[in-house]
Amino acid sequence: MIYLDNAATTKPCSEAAEAAVKCASRCFGNPSSLHHMGVEAEKTITCAKKTLLNRLGKDGEIFFTSGATESNNMAIFGIAEALKRRGNRIVTTAIEHPSVSEPMKKLSERGFEVISLKPKDHADLERAIIDAVDEKTILTSFMAVNNEIGFIIDTKKVYDGVKRKNPFCAVHVDGVQGFCKLPLHGDTISLSGHKIHCFKGIGALYKNKDTRLLPISFGGGQQGGLRSGTEPVELAAAFEAAVKAYPKNVTVFSALRHRLTEHLERLNRIIINSPENGIDNILNFSVLGVRSEIMLHFLEEKGIYVSSGSACSKGKIGSAPDAFGFSAERADSAVRVSFCGNNTEKEVDTLAEALEEGIKRFRR
Amino acid sequence: MEVIMAKYGEIALKGLNRSNFEDLLVKNIRRRLDKLGKYDVTRRQSTIYIIPVDENSDLDAAVKKVSHVFGIAAVQRSAVLPKDMNEIIKQSVPYLKDTLERARSFKVEAKRADKTFPFTSPQIQQELGGALSDAYPHLVTDVHNPDVTVLVEIRDKGAYVNAEKITAVGGMPVGSNGNALLLLSGGIDSPVAAYMMAKRGLRVDAIHFQSPPYTSERALMKVETLCEKLTEYCGSIRFYCVPFTEIQEALRDNCDNDYFTVIMRRLMLKIANTICERSHCSALITGESVGQVASQTLAAIACTDKAADYPVLRPLVGMDKKEIVETARKIDTFETSILPYEDCCTVFTPKHPKTKPLIEDVLKEETKFDFEPLIKKAIEGITVKDFKI
Repeated sequence: MIYLDNAATTKPCSEAAEAAVKCASRCFGNPSSLHHMGVEAEKTITCAKKTLLNRLGKDGEIFFTSGATESNNMAIFGIAEALKRRGNRIVTTAIEHPSVSEPMKKLSERGFEVISLKPKDHADLERAIIDAVDEKTILTSFMAVNNEIGFIIDTKKVYDGVKRKNPFCAVHVDGVQGFCKLPLHGDTISLSGHKIHCFKGIGALYKNKDTRLLPISFGGGQQGGLRSGTEPVELAAAFEAAVKAYPKNVTVFSALRHRLTEHLERLNRIIINSPENGIDNILNFSVLGVRSEIMLHFLEEKGIYVSSGSACSKGKIGSAPDAFGFSAERADSAVRVSFCGNNTEKEVDTLAEALEEGIKRFRR
Repeated sequence: MEVIMAKYGEIALKGLNRSNFEDLLVKNIRRRLDKLGKYDVTRRQSTIYIIPVDENSDLDAAVKKVSHVFGIAAVQRSAVLPKDMNEIIKQSVPYLKDTLERARSFKVEAKRADKTFPFTSPQIQQELGGALSDAYPHLVTDVHNPDVTVLVEIRDKGAYVNAEKITAVGGMPVGSNGNALLLLSGGIDSPVAAYMMAKRGLRVDAIHFQSPPYTSERALMKVETLCEKLTEYCGSIRFYCVPFTEIQEALRDNCDNDYFTVIMRRLMLKIANTICERSHCSALITGESVGQVASQTLAAIACTDKAADYPVLRPLVGMDKKEIVETARKIDTFETSILPYEDCCTVFTPKHPKTKPLIEDVLKEETKFDFEPLIKKAIEGITVKDFKI
């Protein structure tokens, strides 16, 4: 099996699995319990939070969530609710994951003015985001790395620019595809475990000390009242282990990308959709004349797993092709290959061979 | 004690062979109720009695199950009372409380099958009606259009009182009219076609054509889900899955594209013929409706029919899409059917299919390639899966 769909999810690493089992067998207490078992569980959570903060290189707080969808909802609704007296303008982009764009739609229905910027209208999307912020803007939300084509937004540049224009405007970053790969800057940052070899079902929201959020769900008041519910101790331990195990700098990504690009250049009628300065572990390209789904299932028969568009939205075409202004044919034939640190050049060669065979059989 | 009384539909009109139908119906009900707990299912006097053996049985679930069994026209959940007028009145008043408190008008209807009971039907109606009026003074008696009809039946083994008659699916018991093979694509229509033919007493098997990599594993999962959902009404289904990729590719590469759909339908029927014979089916079922798409014009249907060795039943032939969708929703297949996976019918569809193909032209087009070896290979590659109730 050659798994090249790591932007959809990654294989959990043994470190994460071992940490979860160890925690489940020895320190399974409820962090809210007063006794020793509770204290041990709380320590596990605190320690995991520190590790995540360390990796982000930040002070502030970490809240464990069920995943980045929850983190994004928590940040967007929580900030909008907390700052609605200051203004009602929100700036975002048209290439966000549905867990950002759908909350934005809801806020728009509730009377917020949501500005959604399309990359095809702006040569410099980072500049456009900063320019769109005015004194009425309370929130700017964008993804550090686009999951469909790997487009990068420089979070530091946008963060600093936004704060210079309006220091009260909160900046939320969807950091799912960028975490452990790029430096991330934001008042709040969403993180996901299963994109960095941890399990599905665990995510986190980073928040700096000064940003005010209101809770969007209510219960026992755990995690400072912002995210009620017994903390997922075992999953948090696994998340911590996965973060520790993730290399500081994965050099293999650029080599794999380079190799695949070379192969693709050999084959005709292929358009690379990923920007040249996009993230190295995602390469999105269109095999003109072959519908993505057919190519995907053909590669699957050969044991090679890739994605068409974004695997989060099963069968639906993602938002990126439209926002980047791709033609229908280009969008319909887009294939996304995404690497993890364990992929090899040999696997890329096998993929290229299979692509060539697929093109011969299916191209019309 | 409470029991479920199920009343027959059409088979009540049968003549000397009626008991065959009744026995089959009882068997079908027993099989459906197997998973829900222990029930004693017997028939007496044109009624099937479903008596819970276990005190804690979920009677509501059983009522719902039984109302989905073809052959049953109506289901009633009844109290079984002693055949004594005073007891009937005494126990009916609290038993009917929930229903009558919600109603504004009512009437009592009595049926005295056991003529040894000392009160006549009108007398029973008067006695019980009076008592209920006294107990629930807000109720108005309305013999023409009551909110609630309280039914009292005096039968051999007791008096049965109920106030709610649930309309069931009707039709004929599944299996009473033989077996048929359904061409199941995954769309909205074919499951509805299966439902309608099962309603006429046919036991249904299904055949599906799969074209990987053009169609995905999810498309197959979807069709299997549909089979599972259909067992609620159709009973057990044997599912045949045919590998169809090579045939479709050969068809695309060798025949005029405009004839693609009609020839594909014919090749499907040819494979279905073999399975029909093998699985002792005596007809084919499709979800076609006249004029819906190019392959469903009269001319196209005439061409496909010529490839069938068995009668092709098309129960949706005169239905509008809207009516088909309504039924699909009712039998809970709609949401599954609209999942957006490509199926074999939409792979390689031509831009301008022939809407009025002539059989001579179709046959001529078909001779351009010898499909027989591929048909044989496809039949050898068929996988079978059983979906039980």
